[in-house]
Amino acid sequence: MKEVIKIREVPASQRSSTFDEVVLGYGEQEILQEAARCLQCKNPVCIQGCPVGIDIKKFIYHITKKDYAASYLTIKEKNNFPSICGRVCPAEYQCRKSCILTKKGSPFASEQAINIHFLERFVGDYGNKEKIGAPKEGKDELAGQKVAVVGSGPAGLCCAGELARKGIKVTIFESLHEPGGVLRYGIPPFRLPRDILDFEIKYLEKLGVTTIPNYIIGKTKMLDELFKEGYSAVFLGLGAGTPSFLNIAGENLGNVYSANEFLTRVNLMSAFKYPEYHTPVNVGKRMIIIGGGNTAMDAARAAIRLQNMSGIKPNTAIFYRRTEIEMPARRLEIEHAKEEGIEFEFLVQPVAFGGDDNGHVRKLRCLRCELGEPDASGRRRPVAIANSEFETDCDVAIIAVGLQANTVLTNVTPGLKVDKYKDIIVDPETMQTSIAGVYAGGDIVGGEGTVIEAMSMGKKASVAIVDYLKSKAKKV
Amino acid sequence: MKILSKKSLVSVPGSKVTQIVLSSPDIAAKALPGEFVVIMADKKGERVPLTIVNADKKNGTVTLIFQEAGLSTTLLGKMNVGDSLYAMVGPLGHATPIKNYGKIILVGGGVGIAEIYPVAAALKDAGNHVTTILGARSKDILILEQELKKASDEFYVATDDGSYGVKGFTTDLLRERLSKGSYDVVYAVGPIPMMKKVTAVTKEFNVKTVVSLNALMVDGTGMCGGCRVTIGGQVKFTCVDGPEFDGQLVDWNELEKRNKVYFGKEKHVCELDKVAK
Repeated sequence: MKEVIKIREVPASQRSSTFDEVVLGYGEQEILQEAARCLQCKNPVCIQGCPVGIDIKKFIYHITKKDYAASYLTIKEKNNFPSICGRVCPAEYQCRKSCILTKKGSPFASEQAINIHFLERFVGDYGNKEKIGAPKEGKDELAGQKVAVVGSGPAGLCCAGELARKGIKVTIFESLHEPGGVLRYGIPPFRLPRDILDFEIKYLEKLGVTTIPNYIIGKTKMLDELFKEGYSAVFLGLGAGTPSFLNIAGENLGNVYSANEFLTRVNLMSAFKYPEYHTPVNVGKRMIIIGGGNTAMDAARAAIRLQNMSGIKPNTAIFYRRTEIEMPARRLEIEHAKEEGIEFEFLVQPVAFGGDDNGHVRKLRCLRCELGEPDASGRRRPVAIANSEFETDCDVAIIAVGLQANTVLTNVTPGLKVDKYKDIIVDPETMQTSIAGVYAGGDIVGGEGTVIEAMSMGKKASVAIVDYLKSKAKKV
Repeated sequence: MKILSKKSLVSVPGSKVTQIVLSSPDIAAKALPGEFVVIMADKKGERVPLTIVNADKKNGTVTLIFQEAGLSTTLLGKMNVGDSLYAMVGPLGHATPIKNYGKIILVGGGVGIAEIYPVAAALKDAGNHVTTILGARSKDILILEQELKKASDEFYVATDDGSYGVKGFTTDLLRERLSKGSYDVVYAVGPIPMMKKVTAVTKEFNVKTVVSLNALMVDGTGMCGGCRVTIGGQVKFTCVDGPEFDGQLVDWNELEKRNKVYFGKEKHVCELDKVAK
């Protein structure tokens, strides 16, 4: 077996004072060597691991023939955003986990598995640079039909792209001042550079998609008004926008942030360029992030960069109630976080924050845990150990323990059915909601998932929307 | 989002209050008293929540009033007629429930008076007996006096220095009113210490008190949780659960401290204002 081709990265010593991209990607020689490792299986099980079903075998085959344009178009058949997905997909839980080279029963991909996401990234960047684009599928029967997409995160972008390729006139309504949703406010530039994000979103404009920022469906305009204005169908990619908190004492002290707030200040509002950009974020001497997902890694890695950039001795820690193996974060992010000097405290459960006279957080009190029986998620449940309480310094805390549905739209839309988590209920085959012509996908359906899972739902909805528009056209 | 007109309401050393009218037909069409917008003056600016003082549905305009209190509002103050804001989104928050409550007292302090105005007008239209009590440091920084007088059945002013109306605080006048008559609701908007004192007074008289909170926000749509406040022991987001709450239930000390969390940074950046533009 040929050896895995290592990805090039900026060394930790050089990268921790900037928000520039960490992973540099493969060069052409490297991509050819890595692609050559692919066994071109008769039954390519990797494809089953891809939520949007990219023909991985075929796009890698084209790489081995140095036909990068064909490779790009192969990916584009299923995924409009290869440069984004090649950077943010948790491939070790998806295509790479399914790769035949991953040991059976492994919780995530083996190191030997083909680096499919890095290949995708190279091809995506190549196609973008060469302006290959993707052919419009031009179906005249639907030309001139208008569809509204609410939210410009992964699900909305994907749905919009798919519909636009069929000649449908798509308008995206975005509540923030810049499009991208979680890709913009949640994922830091050192993981997803803004020029890449901007490029992939601009690509939609070329397909004829219009994006209206600063516009909240449910506030600026109601859902039913969109139909009155001539939209034939609506896709809701509202996201899981509401941060969860721990509900422990002292959580409202100053400098206790939700990860959403901290990352929005840093990523969307560019607080790391303060005061050139005017939104501040407070940087502490000891910053503690609570949680074990990608959001926790992103927040921690942003925090330690801010410490370095502010001339504060780096001291950032991640507190997680289980162990490293149960962390839902991408393995690469965990490795990167360690390399950058982030401390990990496992098997700890916060019980209270303590503050000073100004109401600013100063201490975090925790209990030690041990792992008990598996819970509903299949992961072993953390159980607090009696009398194990300890206290640690903490002058900025960032809570990254998950998100819930944003209810701004669902609260004011009678007839739009939601479940007990306030997620929108859909038909899993079509993503149609309880209202005819209204579809939904992404984190507002079934809670938090990955970027590519959201895109997969956006795509599925786009297929159903096309069918819906066609059947409506026939009736007329 | 173009600025159609601009008027200086107060311009004395240490206090600049400005009114702008912006073109925004979609926001104007939906806006109700008590709601707010989030604005960004320019691409590098902060997202700043401001109450919608007036929405002209016919002409498609919204009116905002702001006090220059930091870099962002100072930069906003430098914008002129014809300039466009980089961003404005809304209307946000819950509208004030407007109905005939009976006899109502509105207490406004400082720039909070701007938030009282649309509510006063709507409550008066709904048939309430409206008593308005305004407070300011001195006469020259009192805003919207004529407008509010028109929207009120009874009208009182208190100034700290006695340069106008009664010398003293809004709460002195409030106590006087409450001890002389029976009222159904008190509605207060102003600096936190004022709202806190108002709720202390109304508690004695057992009168329902509504306050509109000015917590720090980023997105204004429930996404960041930066504006969380404790209301009767429960955590609420000012942007999506408020901005109006039962004044008796607000944890004022917590809010006061949370609102000061960037004080060190703001002081620093206000000096940078001189080079910012």
